[in-house]
Amino acid sequence: MALEKPYKNIPGTTIFDSTKARQGYHLNQFFHSLMQEANRERFLADESAYLNEWNITDDQKQAVLDRDYNQVLLLGGNVYFFAKLLFTDEISFETGASIMTGVTQKDYRKMMLAGGRSIDGNRYIEEKD
Amino acid sequence: MARITAGVATSHVPAIGAALDLGKTKEDYWVPIFKGYEFSQKWIAAEKPDVIFLVYNDHASNFDMKVIPTFAIGCGEQFGIADEGWGPRPVPDIMGHPDLAWHVSQSVIQQDFDLTIINEMKVDHGLSVPMSLMFGQPEAWPVRVIPFAVNVVLYPPPSGRRCYEIGKAIRRAIDSFDEDLNVQIWGTGGMSHQLQGPRAGLINKQFDNDFLDRLVTDPNGLADIPHMEYMREAGSEGIELVMWLIMRGALDDNIEELHRFYHVPASNTAIGHLILKNSS
Repeated sequence: MALEKPYKNIPGTTIFDSTKARQGYHLNQFFHSLMQEANRERFLADESAYLNEWNITDDQKQAVLDRDYNQVLLLGGNVYFFAKLLFTDEISFETGASIMTGVTQKDYRKMMLAGGRSIDGNRYIEEKD
Repeated sequence: MARITAGVATSHVPAIGAALDLGKTKEDYWVPIFKGYEFSQKWIAAEKPDVIFLVYNDHASNFDMKVIPTFAIGCGEQFGIADEGWGPRPVPDIMGHPDLAWHVSQSVIQQDFDLTIINEMKVDHGLSVPMSLMFGQPEAWPVRVIPFAVNVVLYPPPSGRRCYEIGKAIRRAIDSFDEDLNVQIWGTGGMSHQLQGPRAGLINKQFDNDFLDRLVTDPNGLADIPHMEYMREAGSEGIELVMWLIMRGALDDNIEELHRFYHVPASNTAIGHLILKNSS
């Protein structure tokens, strides 16, 4: 019997469940290593060399190099772990979110100041189609 | 005897800590948020609690993927401030209350809730931002703190029901501690927010305000909300709200609402804040 995953039909959302945690274990440990300043410096000095020290897939490496956070999510990255990369890049959560939603930070803030993204039409993937 | 005199609920958005630490509190964006806590700072200065039992979640700061405890109680004497990627926040270390924490751990485990006991850890914005919101920027915190970390990063977190019931067990544990202590319990995180993916920025004011209402008047019914409803209605990170039910479970069934504040946005998040006074 497979596990029930009713959250699969929430649009634009990747739930960090056991499957994602398994897939992203080493990727997330890489992100976590950026909590230490010495590691941040080494990573920024030569990103590919630092990434090669970790047991992560080529796809995961490329997503990190590209700062493609939606791809990172699909490959098992968790937002609180890859936040360490945002902060290493001196990017706020707000800017990180704007990147994932495909708008500028300015437009994202405007949306938030106007009350945020509406829940209406955003509950089910089917509603979006 | 130790007694729980009040509960506090508050969001713990990291950008609030950054605004405080970087002196941005007078900026138009932040003024209404800090105004929502003016009453709270005066109130807590008068209440002078001895201990805060502080329910929060670690955001992949102290706990990486190596060890992921569902419920973890901090029994150490002191907890440092985590460097979350931009250097540790310039706030004082947290002083624990090991005697009460160890007492609670033994009592709660004997009530069938299996806790992880932590003696050494660093705490992140999940704990330090609520402290700053309630106490401002003192040189040393005027209170001891028992950190109680709940996993809400890896799905599934504990259910709302489980959280509400463990709150009741914590209440019984604190009530049975012999020393005369004024204890508050805080529940932090939430309210509606989503930080990840194309749906980031989701806010659901209707859900949040219903949650605030029912936390006061119908916590037992509120505890039945399933994970799916939090994630769908309040955003993937809105599931942090289960932690507020731990706080509420540790209070009397009937409580007095002293203060309520709700504001959108702080960064990506709806800010909610309640002060609830125990009637007994």
